[in-house]
Amino acid sequence: MTHWIIAPIILPALLAPFIVLAARYHISIQRVFSLVGVLALIVISAGLAWQVSDGSILFYRLSDWAAPFGIVLVGDRLSTMMVLLTSVLALFVLLYAIGSGWDNRGRHFHALFQFQLMGILGAFLTGDLFNLFVFFEVLLIASYGLMIHAGGNERLRAGVQYVLFNLIGSTLFLFALGSIYAETGTLNMADLAERVQLIGAEETVGIRVAAVLLLLVFAIKAALVPLHFWLPSSYAEAPAPVAALFAIMTKVGAYAIIRVYTMVFPPDVEVTAGLHDLWLLPAALVSLAIGMIGVLAAKKLDRLVAFSIIGSMGMVMVSIALFTPAGIAAALYYIVHSTLAGAALFLISDLVRTGRGNLELTPQPPMAGTALTAGLFFAGAIAMAGLPPLSGFLGKLMVLNASYDSDLMAWIWAVVLISSLISILGFARAGSVLFWKAHGAEAAEEADEPRITPAPTALSYVAVGGLIALLALHTVFAGQVHRYTTTMAEQLFAPDAYTTTVLTTPGKLSKPKEDH
Amino acid sequence: MEFLVASAIGVLTAAGLYLVLRLRTFPVILGMSLLTYAVNVFLFASGRLTIGAAPVLRDGVEVYTDPLPQALVLTAIVISFGMTAVVVMIALGAFLGSDDDYVDDPGEDAKEAEGQP
Repeated sequence: MTHWIIAPIILPALLAPFIVLAARYHISIQRVFSLVGVLALIVISAGLAWQVSDGSILFYRLSDWAAPFGIVLVGDRLSTMMVLLTSVLALFVLLYAIGSGWDNRGRHFHALFQFQLMGILGAFLTGDLFNLFVFFEVLLIASYGLMIHAGGNERLRAGVQYVLFNLIGSTLFLFALGSIYAETGTLNMADLAERVQLIGAEETVGIRVAAVLLLLVFAIKAALVPLHFWLPSSYAEAPAPVAALFAIMTKVGAYAIIRVYTMVFPPDVEVTAGLHDLWLLPAALVSLAIGMIGVLAAKKLDRLVAFSIIGSMGMVMVSIALFTPAGIAAALYYIVHSTLAGAALFLISDLVRTGRGNLELTPQPPMAGTALTAGLFFAGAIAMAGLPPLSGFLGKLMVLNASYDSDLMAWIWAVVLISSLISILGFARAGSVLFWKAHGAEAAEEADEPRITPAPTALSYVAVGGLIALLALHTVFAGQVHRYTTTMAEQLFAPDAYTTTVLTTPGKLSKPKEDH
Repeated sequence: MEFLVASAIGVLTAAGLYLVLRLRTFPVILGMSLLTYAVNVFLFASGRLTIGAAPVLRDGVEVYTDPLPQALVLTAIVISFGMTAVVVMIALGAFLGSDDDYVDDPGEDAKEAEGQP
């Protein structure tokens, strides 16, 4: 039993209180500790990902209590990849927050940031549904704080909605957990996987309700239509680095759906038959369409990016809802892409805000650093809209390819392709208004005082450029990445290794050898 | 007893949902607390209802109740207290800042009337 797997949870959990208690009034010390912590996280999670890349399963029993009695942490290919993605994203977001001074506009940014990381990483690593709930709450509490970081009335109002929506989600989660526990008597995922198989065809009512409730909870997290209403204003009003970090939070919902619905409620089990193709797939298609239409309709750049997040989550969920190994593999490739692209776009919209003072999509005089910002926006928009040469295009091809055998293939192809066209239009309109029409407006406003706007700092550009560079790498190494996500999907569709590792490794109170 | 507990959960949930749908922060917060009470009782009942049984192993005790739901409820109560505190603070901040207690965004017209962009 290696202890490294708990390090991604313990490290931020220790750093955050340290930052609050010891470095409260010293922003530079906070920055140093936060950065060092995130760098250490990247090293640790890269190590974990390397360890499981051969298909082995990392497993950790807290206080050595055997599953299903104790709490377990499990790392397989999927969860370690998500952990690595989160820590890499966190590094660039942190660099941007430091470079743009966002972390100094309110108190406790770095401590909340670390708590946020602890919650996200814990949610990826836990092997127990109740602990998934607890880590959801940890990440939510931290996100409430981050969401209203730097204050302001609009932000507080959006924050109230965000908190309330998520509170209702948490309540629903508890109802789901209660019904699962009442039906099966366990909340350990590996144990659940075995017990749900044993439920007969005539006693499915309770467990079906539980499965649907759980899907609803994760769909709220993933902002799936019709449960997406909380996302646009909360992401648009949140401080840009926070919104960029939130790009991973919708993926926590997608991750939880993949994990629970491949292992506990696989499609071939009678209790959840029809759940994904009858309900999840249409909802995903509608979210894709609504997200991309929102991109075209948005009047402000931050709303536009928020809607593109909904659209890209729709894309991910379409691919997940196919529930074939190819579909999941494509979804995992797209998850990495859309996290990086969404985060980059949020940061770019903050670069625009820094330069222009607002994000209205109306022609205005050119801003400081137009050329570089425009270039970055161009790259980010290409990635998000799914044009070649960046990874969004390849991800879409994979999704289309995976849907080739589906009954709803015509629908999927139509929605994916048309919504791509709409999003290209939306991004092109935004880009041309923001950057090209600037010179026309200049003449009209020449009489006014020339506005003096600060140019964004070099570190901000480094952060955004880093994310774009990662997207480029994700494209260049698409073959390798896709091969790896395919092995991930194979591992997910054969959960026996996972369940036996969790349930048969001895610990305190482990099962006696004879049958129970 | 099952009927009583079940209808209590049902009434709490219904009242909570009604209050949440009022869309003004004070009723919504009250509704959220009712919902959390409902879910706590529900969790507690998920380990089956037994009267007068101990959850801890002891000598000479024959009938036990399931200890796990009690642990779950304890965690859920603590978390919901924390969440309620957070939402009260944020809602208070929003109320003091904008002088109304609606949960939803003010429409574009209202914003223009206030002179905001």
